[in-house]
Order: sequence, then C-alpha cells, then structure tokens
Amino acid sequence: MSEFAPQSRPQTGPKIKLDGVHKRFGDNIVLDGIDLEVQTGESVVIIGGSGTGKSVTLKCILGLLTPEKGTIEIDGESVVGISGDERDRINGKFGMLFQSAALFDSMSNLDNVAFGLTEGKGMDPEAATEIALEKLRQVGLGENVARMSPAELSVGMKKRVGLARAIAIEPEIIFFDEPTTGLDPVMGDVINDLIVQCVRKVGATTMTITHDMASARKIADRIAMLYKGKLIWTGPTDEIDTCGEDHVEQFVHGRVEGPIQMELRRL
Amino acid sequence: MSADRIPGMLRANPLRPIGSAFLRFLEATGQLTTFTVLSVSHFFRPPIYLRLIGRQMIDVGYYSLPVVGLTTLFSGMVIALQSFTGATRISSEGALLTVTSVVVLSITRELSPVLAGLMVSGRVGAAMAAEIGTMRVTEQIDALTTLSTNPYKYLVVPRIIAGLAMLPLLVFVGDVIGIFGGYIIGVLKLDFNAATYIQKTWDFIEFLDIFSGLVKAAVFGFVVTLMGCYMGYHSTGGAQGVGAATTNAVVSAAVLILILNYFISQMFFGV
Repeated sequence: MSEFAPQSRPQTGPKIKLDGVHKRFGDNIVLDGIDLEVQTGESVVIIGGSGTGKSVTLKCILGLLTPEKGTIEIDGESVVGISGDERDRINGKFGMLFQSAALFDSMSNLDNVAFGLTEGKGMDPEAATEIALEKLRQVGLGENVARMSPAELSVGMKKRVGLARAIAIEPEIIFFDEPTTGLDPVMGDVINDLIVQCVRKVGATTMTITHDMASARKIADRIAMLYKGKLIWTGPTDEIDTCGEDHVEQFVHGRVEGPIQMELRRL
Repeated sequence: MSADRIPGMLRANPLRPIGSAFLRFLEATGQLTTFTVLSVSHFFRPPIYLRLIGRQMIDVGYYSLPVVGLTTLFSGMVIALQSFTGATRISSEGALLTVTSVVVLSITRELSPVLAGLMVSGRVGAAMAAEIGTMRVTEQIDALTTLSTNPYKYLVVPRIIAGLAMLPLLVFVGDVIGIFGGYIIGVLKLDFNAATYIQKTWDFIEFLDIFSGLVKAAVFGFVVTLMGCYMGYHSTGGAQGVGAATTNAVVSAAVLILILNYFISQMFFGV
C-alpha cells in the first residue's frame, strides 16, 4: 500500500452527510434543503437537468461556496464555514475531475498530475514525478503526452489527464463533474471505464454529477435526482427504470412530455 | 405631465439608481479591503513559494526594464529642453542650475515613480488580471483549492511581493537613466560643460529626493499588483469578463497611482 492509500476506518457513519443544505444566489434558490448521505466506498451519481444545482452541491461540500443554511459533514466533522489550514486538511481528502478538466495551462501535463503531491502533500519532486507517470499510464497516456502542455491535447485526453491528477494523491473521496460531457460516445465510455477501474484501485468514495444516463448506469451504486433544488428520488441504480417517479422516468427516457417543463421564452 | 407618461424608472423612485450605485460601491470597497487583508495576512505564513516569487520578480522587474528605461530617458530629455526654455525666458543667467535642479527634482520625486508605475500597470498588472482571470473562469483556481493549495498564497502573494520589491529597483534605475537623459540634452544640445553639469547635479540632489521616489515606487508596486490580482480573482463571465477585468485592473491602478502620488508628495514635501 502506498503512502497515500486510504486507511481502513471503522464504519461509524456516512463518509459525506448533507443535512438541509440551502444555497441561493440573489432571488434564485438553487439548493432548497438537500439531505444526502454517502457511505464509505460508495459511488453516488446525482442526475438532473442543467441549472438544477448539481455543481453547486459539490462546490458547497468542497468549501468553494458557503451554504446559507444546513450542515455538511465529512467523516462526522462539520465543514461549513471552515477555512485556512482546516479547509486545506479536509480538502486533502478530496480529488476532483472538473467538467473542463481545469488543467493548469502554465504547466506540462506531468506537472499537473504531480501538483497535488508536491504542493499539497510536500512530496519530493522526483518521487512525485514517478507517481505522476504511473497515474498517466493508468489512464492510457505515455511519456510523450506527459511532456506536452494541456493546450496541445484533445478534450478527451484532457479529461484523462484530469482523472490522473484527481487520483494521484489517492484521495479518500473523488468528485466527478460531468465526466463525459463534450465527448463522443466511445471516448465517453473509455472515461467511464477508467473511472470505474481507477476508483476501484484507489478504493475511494465517489460522487458524480451528470446528465448522461449511460455514464450514470455504469458508474453508480446509487443514483439521486435533483430537481428544483430538492433531491426528489434516491435509490439503487437497478431500480431507476422502475422507480415510478414521474420526473425521474421522464428524465431517464429523455421525453418532452411529463412534469419537467423546460422554461422556454416564446419569441 | 400625466402620471402614465412619466418613464417607469422615474415613477418608481428617482433615487433608486443612485442608491443602488452607492451600495455597489460599498460592496466593491468591502470586497477589495477583505482581499487586501487576506493577501497581506498570508505574507508571512508558510508555505512561502520562493520559486514563484523569484519568477514574478524577473517578470515584474527585469522584463519591465526596457519600457521604464525608455520612458524615463525621454522624459529626462524633454524636461531638460523645457526647463532650459523656461530659464532663458526669465533670465539668461543661471540656466544650468535651473536645468539640473528641475531634471533632478522632477525625475526622482515624480516622473520616475509615476511613469514606472503606469508602465508596469499596463504591462504587468494587465497580464496578471488576464492570467488569474482566465484561471478563475476555467475553474483552475477551484482546482488549486481542491489540491490543498491556497490560491492567495500560490497566486496572489508572490505577485504582490514581486511588485513591492521590484518597483523601487526599477525606479532607481529610472532615476539614473532619466537624469542621464537630461545630461545628454544639456551637454549635446544646450552646450553645457559635461563635468560642470554632473557636478551641479550631484551638488543639488538630496537623499530625500531619491528616498521619497522609492517609497512611492513600493506603494505603486503594491497597488498595481494588488489591483491586477483582485480584478482577475473576481472576474466572471468568460472571455468578456476577463477582458473587463484586464481593463479595470489597468484603469483603477492608474487612477490610484495618480491620486496616491499627490498624497505621498504632500506627506514628504507638503508646506
């Protein structure tokens, strides 16, 4: 087991717990009382349309946004409002693959992957480089790509570098923000497979937000649907087609008719 | 005028736009103050990224030398010309003393720090706002946070320290080049004796002339880098937002430099 492999912990409670989380921007209520528990080692996927608050949920957990009401706990520790070294310590448990990969364009891909090890964990650069190359190999990228800059890569390759960066510190929790958006179906499936393989290897708890149902079915142990700031359904992946919830069924089958009405402005 | 012909905004409340603008101003002031306090509070708390500070120092100092050198050189030259014209209009005697004194005072106390501040604002402040702004809108700053790296420590502090340290050095070099510009015109065009010109300049210059300019330079270096980082850090809305942040960084730094220049001059030399 490597230095950063997750330690086995007693199962005393959920890994992530959200209780009555509210977040608004001006008059726009984005999260309207979210309750969610994610157990250690579980893979939860949050589905929902654009603008329903999926990314905001992740950002609240990471401390990038502060909810107005409600509590968020990581390993039983309340994290709303913490900052500085405390926040850095909590965020040391996380890895994240951003929708746009968010690679640092002033660095090579190798330095991007090694960044969390050298800057976040204070690891020796040579050792960090070795680990970064290994993580890049795990996502199917060689040394030639490692020496390139992010600007030289396709969207799919950027996502793979982003995935390598997310798993490099072998985090306890990994967030995936729309991992397959903007990819062709084959590359989307490659990313899904890599996520499943890499997460299994690291043994992490994961939360993924997506509106790609193929991706959700492949990655998730449990799926939750977010609609108008509330979680309207949560259940095992294999029950989603027979859950009997109208909003979920409309979303899963991509139908125009149903309770979810798109707010289109008439010309 | 009947009530239904009054424009909607005025009918609602004519003071509303003024109040709204004032509230926005207060909000921006509070946000800038918080940003400044947070940035300065991270100056002495580890980790301190010496490699990044060094890189920023080279960018702010070394790469700004040509533009600062050129502006101060030609400013010194034009001041020598104009002060000679002014001196000969008053009296044909004592033109050398007037030229050397005006060149020394205007370059060291005012022009070198102000011009260096404005040039660095256009060259470095704009680049900082654009780079940090792009990192903001492409979620790279969020990525830093998730990788347990404080964006203030990693992005802001090295840039502000570089501005604080390098602007005084640039201004000192600018002082020398600006006075040399006056010397070129004095000797080659106005036919003053070279040794006498240097002697008069040396006799006239005082420590406080140089020191006040260096204090201004440190303040301007802080302002330029702070505004560049602040505008970039709070940019929103994609490419257009980054463009606006870049413009705002340069304009706000330039205005602050000119305002602060008066007050620092008043502090050192006020009567």
